Amino acid sequence: MADESQPVWSQYIFQALKGAAIGQVAYVPDAGHKDLIALCHADTAMRAVSLTTEEEGIALVAGAWLGGVRGVLLMQSSGVGNCINMLSLVEECRFPLLMIVTMRGQWGETNPWQVPMGQTAAAVLATCGVIVQHVETARDLGPSVEAGAQLAFMSNRAVALLIAQRLVGAKKFE
Amino acid sequence: MVDRRDAVAAILRAREHALIVTGLGSPTWDVAATADSPYNFYLWGAMGAAAMVGLGLALAQPSRRVVVITGDGELLMGLGSLATIGVERPSNLSIVVIDNERYGETGMQPSHTARGVDLAAIGRAAGFPDAATISTAQALDASLPAIYGRIGPVLRVVKVLANQPPLTVPLRDGTHIKNRFRDALLGPKAFE
Repeated sequence: MADESQPVWSQYIFQALKGAAIGQVAYVPDAGHKDLIALCHADTAMRAVSLTTEEEGIALVAGAWLGGVRGVLLMQSSGVGNCINMLSLVEECRFPLLMIVTMRGQWGETNPWQVPMGQTAAAVLATCGVIVQHVETARDLGPSVEAGAQLAFMSNRAVALLIAQRLVGAKKFE
Repeated sequence: MVDRRDAVAAILRAREHALIVTGLGSPTWDVAATADSPYNFYLWGAMGAAAMVGLGLALAQPSRRVVVITGDGELLMGLGSLATIGVERPSNLSIVVIDNERYGETGMQPSHTARGVDLAAIGRAAGFPDAATISTAQALDASLPAIYGRIGPVLRVVKVLANQPPLTVPLRDGTHIKNRFRDALLGPKAFE
């Protein structure tokens, strides 16, 4: 369906991030977030920061919040495992945190190395005190990002939106 | 080599309106014992976070100087941060490494900087326009204009004696440290 192609649903996320006044976008490059990353880089009101590893982004958006700016952290599910100890910063200081995670290893995965973190990301995040919300359809993306941002920044909570691989699509190795 | 508390005291005397982020553990104790301030954000954990917290803060507050004071072991755990900061090149960020070449909180085991790893050279290779190692009080004094200047990012690796000054336990509640910092910096907007 045309309305479920990445260029279209990435706009839903982007517009919700704009609506939430997100000023810093931290990311590790990811195919599922490719269009969104490009949109954020092109937006003059957003500072998109490419990371060497996902846990850098937890610390970056914490620093942004200290300075009065809202941040978001984009990654794929394999990056969740890199964040575990850094999430102690978020819990101990009650920093708001909004993570948007594209899922691998979940629906039609063809790279078996993606399956371990794909299958454990939600449990790992929940164990670390992050509120996990699943997004299964393109039409839920905008409202989910809007509500997740409100929960994170108005209630000082860590929130991860996990975008289902069924929506993102399985990468083909052919 | 300089005494770590003397080095930190010299840096803090010149801070004016700078925002300070400290890495665990001894740099946090040093800064808190020398000159506590609501404009200090102390990390007691999240090893490897200090430089990136500084980057996020520096990008959020471009008109304020942000100085990260951390240790060699703490920065080594987040070494990729130097690459990320080298790419972003915030002109208002300085990172000062209080380098005793030891893991001071865990039994003074040697860190990689005791074994030839050159953090300043890594910083230069990552794109820091100003990165140097210094080992005397005079060189530190001469570096203060750069640490608090208008060019950046700056990296200063300050070689210090491997002593352990008396521990003054600072604020430990992370939520309080965060709220105190935001209240001081942002005023009523901190809690909207």
